[in-house]
Amino acid sequence: MRTVHTDTIIKAIKEMCIEANYILSDDISDRIIQAESEETNIIGKEILGQLVENMKIAKEDMIPICQDTGMTTVFIKIGQDVHIEGMFLEDAVNEGIRQGYDEGYLRKSVVGDPIKRVNTGDNTPGIIHYEIIKGEDIIITVAPKGFGSENMSRVYMLKPADGIEGVKEAVIETVKLAGPNACPPVVVGVGIGGNFEKCTYLAKKALTRNINTPSQTEYIAELEKELLEKINSLDIGPGGLGGKTTALAVNIETYPTHIAGLPVAVNMCCHVNRHISRVI
Amino acid sequence: MKRHIDTPLTKEKVKEINAGDYVYITGTIYTARDAAHLRMYDSINNKKELPVNIDNQIIYYLGPTPAREGQVIGSAGPTTSSRMDKYTPALIERGMTGMIGKGKRSKEVIEAMKKNTAVYFAAVGGAGALLSKCIKSAEVIAYDDLGTEAIRKLYVENLPVIAVIDCKGNNIYER
Ligand code: SF4
Repeated sequence: MRTVHTDTIIKAIKEMCIEANYILSDDISDRIIQAESEETNIIGKEILGQLVENMKIAKEDMIPICQDTGMTTVFIKIGQDVHIEGMFLEDAVNEGIRQGYDEGYLRKSVVGDPIKRVNTGDNTPGIIHYEIIKGEDIIITVAPKGFGSENMSRVYMLKPADGIEGVKEAVIETVKLAGPNACPPVVVGVGIGGNFEKCTYLAKKALTRNINTPSQTEYIAELEKELLEKINSLDIGPGGLGGKTTALAVNIETYPTHIAGLPVAVNMCCHVNRHISRVI
Repeated sequence: MKRHIDTPLTKEKVKEINAGDYVYITGTIYTARDAAHLRMYDSINNKKELPVNIDNQIIYYLGPTPAREGQVIGSAGPTTSSRMDKYTPALIERGMTGMIGKGKRSKEVIEAMKKNTAVYFAAVGGAGALLSKCIKSAEVIAYDDLGTEAIRKLYVENLPVIAVIDCKGNNIYER
């Protein structure tokens, strides 16, 4: 049995909140740079050029990549042989977020009640997903997510008869409806299967996967590729003003489902797809 | 085409701008997003004064990150404009001539823009660090309690935007 103190968890989450908001992971930033060199639409290329410049300024001058530094999603995998000591884990996670958003000069974008809408002032609470795993590790992924793209996400409770074609239509329809609102070029996270809430969780989780790592299931990897090509022929383009760079990637996660259903969730994310992981 | 404009943005200047133009804005502009729009809208409905005179002014849909010491403002890119659609026609009727945001606008907003001569610009979403470099001063002038959503008076130099919907209703999102 290994013991981990919550002070370690607080510090890790604080640092990850800050880093995620200033520096994009290499897979995303490299793809944006590549897209700029390949884009043929004049406005599209100009916009991608601004995004490349923006990433540079963010890193060098320590200005967040985007002003919407998001609501903080935290995935925590806890080895079942770990004992956590110190404070209550949920409080520790929120303390990490609080410190990160304060010390990192990040925007406080959370309201305490969805109807009354008073800002909590420290970006807490985060959205926390716990998972118990084997062993003695704790694996934390912090994913701050902006709402311009979150608002354009959709869930479809398809029928089994809709099949893979139905899934494709759902994804394409969501991307089209999002248009310029989700800050294209986008990353599209898709969850297929499970039930109503499981498919949305899968879609969010899909967004945290490196975009250079395709699905391990062969036909799903092909579906990711096919959907990316289809999306990039929609001529939405960077900023929604035209071009072939509408999406940087499509990541799909699947799970078993019920004989009567085919749930599909499409979680739209902008090019500022922030996620960072650490093993503790 | 590229053009430089200075604020205040008079209707004569608005008429010269065409959808698709790259526009570089210099001068004073104001920020407001969801919560500030709701308050301004309530003021108009209750026949009260607005906290700023928006006649011939541009509103930037922006809630910045906090500034570090020595910085004017933090990251400062546009938020999604459609959330402001409900309140926008009333502000256009009151004399506002320009808006900076990102994403689509409603029919009602576009009609109000045509009727009253206003223009809608998009700044690049997710380029808040780059855009912040064009902001030379920033000051909260109303609704301080709203934090990032307060109304700020900004002085900008060559803020790069694209005219997406002009006052004739031409719209480059609809291609
Ligand atoms: S959708 Fe993404 S890039 Fe656009 S404003 Fe929101 S966080 Fe920023």
